[in-house]
Amino acid sequence: MRAPPSELPIRFDDVTFDAGGITILDRVSLTLGAGAPTLIIGPNGSGKTTLLRMAMGLLSASSGRVTWDGVANRPPIRRAIVFQRPIMLRRSVGENIRYSLKAAHIPGDRHPARIEELLALVGLDGMAQRPARRLSGGEQQRLALARALARDPAVLFLDEPTASLDPAATKSVEDIIRAVAARGIKVAMTTHDLGEARRLAGDIVFMHRGRIVETGDAASFFRLPQTGEARTFLAGDLLL
Amino acid sequence: MQPQMSALDLILSGDPTLLAIVRLSLIVSLSAIVLAAMIGVPLGAFLALNRFRGREAVIVVINALMGLPPVVVGLAVYLLLSRSGPLGTFGILFTPQAMIVAQTILVTPIIAALSRQIIEDLWLEYRDELTAMNIGPFARILTLIWDGRFGLVVALLAGFGRAAAEVGAIIVVGGNIDGFTRTMTTTIALETSKGDLPLAMGLGVVLITIIILVNAFAWTLRRAGERLAG
Repeated sequence: MRAPPSELPIRFDDVTFDAGGITILDRVSLTLGAGAPTLIIGPNGSGKTTLLRMAMGLLSASSGRVTWDGVANRPPIRRAIVFQRPIMLRRSVGENIRYSLKAAHIPGDRHPARIEELLALVGLDGMAQRPARRLSGGEQQRLALARALARDPAVLFLDEPTASLDPAATKSVEDIIRAVAARGIKVAMTTHDLGEARRLAGDIVFMHRGRIVETGDAASFFRLPQTGEARTFLAGDLLL
Repeated sequence: MQPQMSALDLILSGDPTLLAIVRLSLIVSLSAIVLAAMIGVPLGAFLALNRFRGREAVIVVINALMGLPPVVVGLAVYLLLSRSGPLGTFGILFTPQAMIVAQTILVTPIIAALSRQIIEDLWLEYRDELTAMNIGPFARILTLIWDGRFGLVVALLAGFGRAAAEVGAIIVVGGNIDGFTRTMTTTIALETSKGDLPLAMGLGVVLITIIILVNAFAWTLRRAGERLAG
């Protein structure tokens, strides 16, 4: 294993993000530290994905400041992301992982063992030679997880990784997420599936209309939400 | 029908004149494709990945240059390479090298324009993933060229089609010298004008066959590659 820097904690200080005259994130302040998975929940259009992309460093704040272990504009060395619809590079499953290993400057002599280890972790053993683009949706999502983990991340962002998967594929992805979190990797994940949030979350960040409405321990949030918006959302009512 | 029989005889008997012309044509066109690819693909990739003032104008010009009239290119290269021209000291006018230069100029915009489009489309798809993996600018270009290789083969084929079928530029800068700069297309033009159809028809058949074979090979390669790489 490589040594830190871990890039944690990730701090949002009064961050606003505007695009096309619309405020997507509105004066957001948040700290993501090590620990149990943080689930970012909220209705569609609440700014979850934008928050995640900004935490990854893919978007710059219109105002305010994002820092990684106290440093702004830090390149993503030990953070990784899996998108809702991950892009499979036009090569085999094994070569997709090797690409990520190379990008992370992992020495070449360690690639074969690491590829095997990662494929086993995500349940794609024996599929190294298969063309990545020919995998099913669930398999592609698991390969995207393996590719992200190849970077040996301290923090892993997941943008609705099970949104388009069937229950069996969702379960296998959730099992991997638990295994990843158990290894000490910080998971920060968006979802609009409350069941999934209950199953995976250690902490909750609840968003609505670009603002963070409520944060805290998941058990407390689900048992006793503090805001009317959270109560409405948890009740399954429309949050306008 | 007699000319057709004679043309077939020339092909089947492996007529040395015909073979020499075919050989030179392939050398000129394939050399031009290699050079144009070395210039056009990186240029297309650069335009696809970078934003700068005047980029749109450059793209419009390159797209427009795909329709360059070959005789105009021939004239321009002739003026450059003629004894009194700026590159006259090289002494390559009326040689196969001059023909390669002319065809490279004709083909480069085609390969650059198509490469730019292919790589830009792929970049839109890959941008977030490659940025998240902290991939540097040079590695990005290599990745996009590699992953866009099946599309880029089509760009090269388009360039090869243009080069192999071209006559106007190479006849001006090559001079159509018997046994030295005579290619399939220039010979077809000359022999047809002389009324000597067998060689012209034989070369026409060979030219079309080569283009079909090259396309069939590229298609097979592409299908096999897609099966293996997805």
